[in-house]
Amino acid sequence: MTSVAHAKPEGGGGAHDAHHAPMSFWRKYIFSTDHKIIGIQFLFVSLFFLLVGGLLAMQIRWQLGFPGQPMPGGSILPETMAVNRVILPEYYVQLVSMHGTFMVFFAIMPLLVGVYANFLIPLKIGTHDMAFPRINMASFWLALLAGLIMTASFFVPNGPIRSGWTNYAPLAARPDLSGVTVGQMLWCISIVVLGLSSVMGSLNYITTVINHRAPGMTWFRMPLSVWALFITAILGVLALPVLQGAAIMLLFDNVLGTHFFDPVAGGQALLWQHLFWFFGHPEVYILILPAMGMVSDIIANGSRKPIFGYHSMVFAIIGIAFLGWIVWGHHMFMSGMNPTLGSTFMVSTLLIAVPSAIKVFNWLGTMWRGNLRFHVPMLNAIGFVSMFTIGGLSGIFMAATPVDIPLHDTQFIVAHIHYVLFGGSLFALFAAITYWYPKMFGRMMNEGIGKLHFFLTFIFYNMTFFPMHIIGMGGQMRRIYDPTVYDFLKPQQPLNVFISYSAFALFAVQFLFAFNFLWSLKFGKKAPQNPWEDNGMEWSLPNPAPHGNWEKTPNVYRGPYEFSAPEAGDKDYLPQYTKLPTDRDPVPAPLPAGGH
Amino acid sequence: MRWWLPDAGSTFAGPIDALFLAILIITGIALVLVEVGLVTFVIRYRGRPGRKAFYTHGSTRAEVIWTAIPAVTMVALGLISNHYWVLIKDKKSVPPNAYHLGVHAKQFEWQVTYPGADGKLGTADDFTVRNQLHVVVNEPTAVELSSEDVIHSFFVPEWRLKQDAVPGMHITAWFQATKTGEFELGCAELCGMGHYKMRARVFVHTPDEFKAWMAQQAAGGTE
Amino acid sequence: MKGRIFSVVGGMFLLTVCSKGDRGAVQAAPPATPPAVSSDVGAAVAAGGTITGKVKFTGTAPRNPAIDMSEEAACKAKYTTTPTEENVMAGPANALSNVFVYVSAGVPAGQTFPAPATPVVLDQSGCRYHPHVFGVMVGQNIEIRNSDPLLHNIKAIAKKNRPFNVSQPTAGMTKTVTFTAPEVMVNLECNVHGWMHAYAGVRPDPFYAVSGPDGSFSIKGLPPGTYTVEAWHEKFGTQTATVTIAGTESKTANFTFAAR
Repeated sequence: MTSVAHAKPEGGGGAHDAHHAPMSFWRKYIFSTDHKIIGIQFLFVSLFFLLVGGLLAMQIRWQLGFPGQPMPGGSILPETMAVNRVILPEYYVQLVSMHGTFMVFFAIMPLLVGVYANFLIPLKIGTHDMAFPRINMASFWLALLAGLIMTASFFVPNGPIRSGWTNYAPLAARPDLSGVTVGQMLWCISIVVLGLSSVMGSLNYITTVINHRAPGMTWFRMPLSVWALFITAILGVLALPVLQGAAIMLLFDNVLGTHFFDPVAGGQALLWQHLFWFFGHPEVYILILPAMGMVSDIIANGSRKPIFGYHSMVFAIIGIAFLGWIVWGHHMFMSGMNPTLGSTFMVSTLLIAVPSAIKVFNWLGTMWRGNLRFHVPMLNAIGFVSMFTIGGLSGIFMAATPVDIPLHDTQFIVAHIHYVLFGGSLFALFAAITYWYPKMFGRMMNEGIGKLHFFLTFIFYNMTFFPMHIIGMGGQMRRIYDPTVYDFLKPQQPLNVFISYSAFALFAVQFLFAFNFLWSLKFGKKAPQNPWEDNGMEWSLPNPAPHGNWEKTPNVYRGPYEFSAPEAGDKDYLPQYTKLPTDRDPVPAPLPAGGH
Repeated sequence: MRWWLPDAGSTFAGPIDALFLAILIITGIALVLVEVGLVTFVIRYRGRPGRKAFYTHGSTRAEVIWTAIPAVTMVALGLISNHYWVLIKDKKSVPPNAYHLGVHAKQFEWQVTYPGADGKLGTADDFTVRNQLHVVVNEPTAVELSSEDVIHSFFVPEWRLKQDAVPGMHITAWFQATKTGEFELGCAELCGMGHYKMRARVFVHTPDEFKAWMAQQAAGGTE
Repeated sequence: MKGRIFSVVGGMFLLTVCSKGDRGAVQAAPPATPPAVSSDVGAAVAAGGTITGKVKFTGTAPRNPAIDMSEEAACKAKYTTTPTEENVMAGPANALSNVFVYVSAGVPAGQTFPAPATPVVLDQSGCRYHPHVFGVMVGQNIEIRNSDPLLHNIKAIAKKNRPFNVSQPTAGMTKTVTFTAPEVMVNLECNVHGWMHAYAGVRPDPFYAVSGPDGSFSIKGLPPGTYTVEAWHEKFGTQTATVTIAGTESKTANFTFAAR
């Protein structure tokens, strides 16, 4: 965490800082209540977990590409995980379970929500900090605690969970069937703690957006990133408690001998799936909506054009979020759930294609007749649009129930989820990290390395995940340790080898990003105040923004996407904070902005 | 190397593969539209000094078009899909003359119970064979799925058939094999460390072969 | 679950029926013949009394079910005839092997015995466990070995010991485990091959043996004292006998189970 020391808080908020006694290093960077520092803390922690998740993925790919062969570096694993460097089946199952758990709960979700909801919301709506700064700090520390508990499960007897990140009961509910004891308890406890962290964070985001918008920042002048993060927070507040409840029930099944999910004593195996996916599908949108929002901001900036159909973009976000609550059953088409219920869920699922299509076409519309700037964030945002489109379209195959029959629980769904989460969320994150890096650290990331990283990632990413569609069509089931056990899968093993090599290359390329990120902290080019010539409120501040952001609550004069507006004169952007002679000061909102 | 779905081996394969192809065409068109659009715009509207972007906030007409087309397509797709879905999975769709087999899944084996000479499950002449599923070609067959411990999933790729076996539930899945020969039955739902080894062989016989096999089993032979 | 309850109840029933006859057998038995299988750890114990005997059964032994290994070619290839389960291993003249015989009471509580350094080897070969029934001391290593080129998992179902469930996907893999508490018996099973069962008798002392093909066993090195000897069979339940050792003598305890 010491690396954030490069951020220079003295910035330009002199008079404002005078309210505060000088803070120690610990108050300023460790037990900070500043939303920006908390965002940066989340960034470092979740990038670390992203690396952990990636390392787990590499081991999965080794085993699938070269089943039963000694893994390079495998000798550091204890004999409960690998014998003679050969990955054991139980460890393989733990790898897939923990890869999913880390990536979903401790990498992508905190990167999108923990980092950018924290960092961007106050800056973009023009306020001094979150509504509840201390709750915000607690939210970070709880998230870190949850991550540490989850990591600890690697070091307990019998290791971490072996039932997939979805923890389907009764496998996850019965230690005698899964072989996991302490690890399962730690998973449940960690998820309950993480849920608490998420709910605290989400309540904060919701309150801040509702009450602390700067004068003139009307609902429909909010950038789409803020809209998306706001709707995501609502999803989080409603979805996470369901998972927490389910996790507590699962914990009781494991520890206290209850039988919520175990039919042997009258429980219901499918109850877990209903509870998990009632959380799980909104969770999928928690993992993509903020990405969509931030990409919208970046595409408008890179196209130098207002976002195409701003209002329908907002309603599409709301529509996706709403539909997200009534589609959970599409994860359960093969579960033995009543087929009529399957029909209902098929229809609601197919309907999600509509708002998703609106978003994609509106991004295209934004680029149409633009004057495109291919900076690194824009490249990654274009990557997002093209890859998310594939991920969205491949979802239609599985939404159509009859076609889902052969594809369900195969590598096809693995390809789909990675096109959405890697091709979608992670490309958006590469864009967002690069874009707001100067705002965080006062320096720019290296442009050349950034571009190289984007192109190599884009190529190896497609080489890794696209062939998974094909081996999934061929029938390769998910989470199997050795596909060559099946005669019908043997012919496609060369493709598995190809995927593995591509995945190794993809992983290696990420070190370019890691290097660029760390190197630029100290040696990056000093950022000008508005490096991307953007309209957002955050660019009225010095880089990095000072503690408390603005000395005086700023005024907002227009929408966030007034690129190339005629009033802008010879410039092709017109920031929200710029007061033109024709502009009148907005009437302050009834509630004072910033409870600081 | 296979680049497509496995060979068709049951009556379900026809409609499912056709639907797969239809969705592939629809999504293919959408994909080409988006990607070609992206590439075109990237080239055509690349930034040049002295040029300004076209200032517009959108077009309601364009948005109505690209909302309506996906909506109509999706509803149509849903209706067609539902027809086949009901045909395959609905309880009432199991043919009354189907030959019933019991398939009991446990960590990590398939135990297939055959009805014996009387053709009825649950009688004294039933017998159980581990990891071997024998069925008759062109005859509707229903498997009564149950599970001993955790959730497993009955998956025969050639038949385009997948159905979870859930402890505490009795689920009937039916199919009609159209091709004789040997296939594989795999478990498609993570059921523990031995998940990948939960494999059974599937034999699709002509009626005479099946009779001979039954007789051999009745005599106590193994294979 | 139900099956286990029945066998426990049945075992208790047998125990009461047989215990009268057993006492007579202990006194009237002829001098011991050299045992086929002796407790190999017995040698480590200072010279003392010996209990030898034979295990038999009355009635007709149930047929051991044939194992259908047709889906495990590598295992099937190791047999010339159809392999069967090893539930009741009958020898000549109704001798009963695979019976775990051990001193269940009488060893002074304070006395401790070091675990032998040599491990017990449990081999998985031909999709069966070798040995099928074995004794092991608390803290003694058990070396689990896979001699088959396919996946076996070894699941230990125990109440007093920590259960474990490990797998060995390829031939040649070994895994060493130990048990920390006395328990008769710890059940070991493979879930990939439902017929594979092994039973481990975990004891704090070396006074145990497993009856050999001729039904004989021998427990050596017992200090003087009065002991309860229990015989355990996986299908026929348990029986007990009382034996008093006065010096370095050899006493006989025969057990007769009723086949069920």
